[in-house]
Amino acid sequence: MSIQMALAGASAKPTGKRPHFLESWEAERAMSIAMALAGELVVTRQRLDTLERLLAAKGLVSRDEIESFTPTKAEAAERGLWNQEFLARVLRVVQQEAEALTATDDSSENIAEELAR
Amino acid sequence: MDGSGKPIDDRDAALLATYDGPPDYRVVGRHGIFPEMTHDEVERFNFLAHMNRHLAGRVMPGVKAAFDARVAPGKSFNDRHQVRRALTQDPYWQVWSALRRNTMEMRQQAGRWVTLRQQEELAARAAALTDGDPRLVLDPTLVLPRYVSSIDHHCMPGSYHTEYGPGDVANAANYDSGLFATTGGMLGRYSDGGGQAVARWVARNLPDFKPKRILDMGCGLGHNVLPLAQAFPEAEVVAVDVGAPMLRYGLARAKSLGVENVTFVQANVESLPQFADGSFDWVQTTMFLHETSYSSMRRIFKESHRLLSPGGIVLHVEQPQYNPAMPLFEQAMRDWDAFYNAEPFWTKMHEADLDAWMVQAGFAKESLIHGGVTAVVDKSVFPDAADDNGEDYGRKAAWHVVGARKEIV
Repeated sequence: MSIQMALAGASAKPTGKRPHFLESWEAERAMSIAMALAGELVVTRQRLDTLERLLAAKGLVSRDEIESFTPTKAEAAERGLWNQEFLARVLRVVQQEAEALTATDDSSENIAEELAR
Repeated sequence: MDGSGKPIDDRDAALLATYDGPPDYRVVGRHGIFPEMTHDEVERFNFLAHMNRHLAGRVMPGVKAAFDARVAPGKSFNDRHQVRRALTQDPYWQVWSALRRNTMEMRQQAGRWVTLRQQEELAARAAALTDGDPRLVLDPTLVLPRYVSSIDHHCMPGSYHTEYGPGDVANAANYDSGLFATTGGMLGRYSDGGGQAVARWVARNLPDFKPKRILDMGCGLGHNVLPLAQAFPEAEVVAVDVGAPMLRYGLARAKSLGVENVTFVQANVESLPQFADGSFDWVQTTMFLHETSYSSMRRIFKESHRLLSPGGIVLHVEQPQYNPAMPLFEQAMRDWDAFYNAEPFWTKMHEADLDAWMVQAGFAKESLIHGGVTAVVDKSVFPDAADDNGEDYGRKAAWHVVGARKEIV
């Protein structure tokens, strides 16, 4: 249950009208996706680094073995779930755009004025 | 390197001598209710800590350069809002802002992934640590103030109060685990560098002050109040917040860290009739006032005056107030979180005349207290805000103390 909850909700839009900074929303959206990808690339790079250091230290695995690896059905499912998690994270901004279509958000300025009354 | 941080050869020693970035996330303190994290989840926070640091140190200075070179020339500004609106037209401000907003959204996404995927386990762990404990006093009938119900602070969906299931603590765990990334490690191992700074400030400036009862208003998950409880182990500490997930997590966190003298109470601090007049020697708020509203602040100041015993002190810790001596560019930059990071009251709170409001609430003008603090951290591992000459316009771990001592009648 928690995994489904996390897949659906981890990228949720916070309340409030999202500010736009760039000339077009298209550019803004592309940057959001690119930055998420950048983060995931770094994470992957660090994981590879971890693996390579451990393997090298133990003298365990050759590059050929990695290239010819075939996952079992369960292993493939595990990797598939990772792909789902990856996509939910990278496409967060698209999910939030959809959520914003049905949200009745006020602007930060309006709320600030109200709170100051 | 063997993970101990001790250099094992010259190359490591040279690397360590030049490295000045955030420490690895794995040095963050793992108390008993801290969420479990995989290798990749840790690295995601590492990336975000570096990203925040990069934005503050490498990108933000360009905003000042752009302001000086192409925004300010030929214009005269009367206030910070005019400066901010002019900045919004500049493409460099735009890209810095878009990156900063995205980094915060990514930080929330990363923390929500970690905590929602283990929401039930976290609730069970919290229950095991807190069920039946009289130091957790929840009030399911509490009506949330609008300043909480209408805002997802720092873009955290669900903010401080939303519960995703029975006994939920997910957003508190998210808040706690992501502070490292947001601050680039500036708050130290248990993200309690702010509270430690307050405890040290009191020890230095009020050496004879020996509080028996301490009230922390707007405690969140309690990371700022635990250092006070640790500094005054004989004192009875009451920490109040509106968010049940924060309070559950707060007590579980406190107990697992061996701090036994704090009671976590769910209530709106604007009115605390369950506590008698003069029943506290110290009322503390740490990075809380900017989450409220003008009308709430007036009630909070009044209530803190009522709750203090004669000779007792109230201390509010916040980022510096705007004043005529602060350049309008700095004011506009400090306002960023108000408009773009779901902190709408930030801009209003930082222009309020807190001294005047404290006096209106009943404190004598000559009893007002002013000071400054920076986060106290383990400098062998974490960056120290006191050594940092950079300016992050509102996020640096350096704060002002504004307070008062209640008259002894």
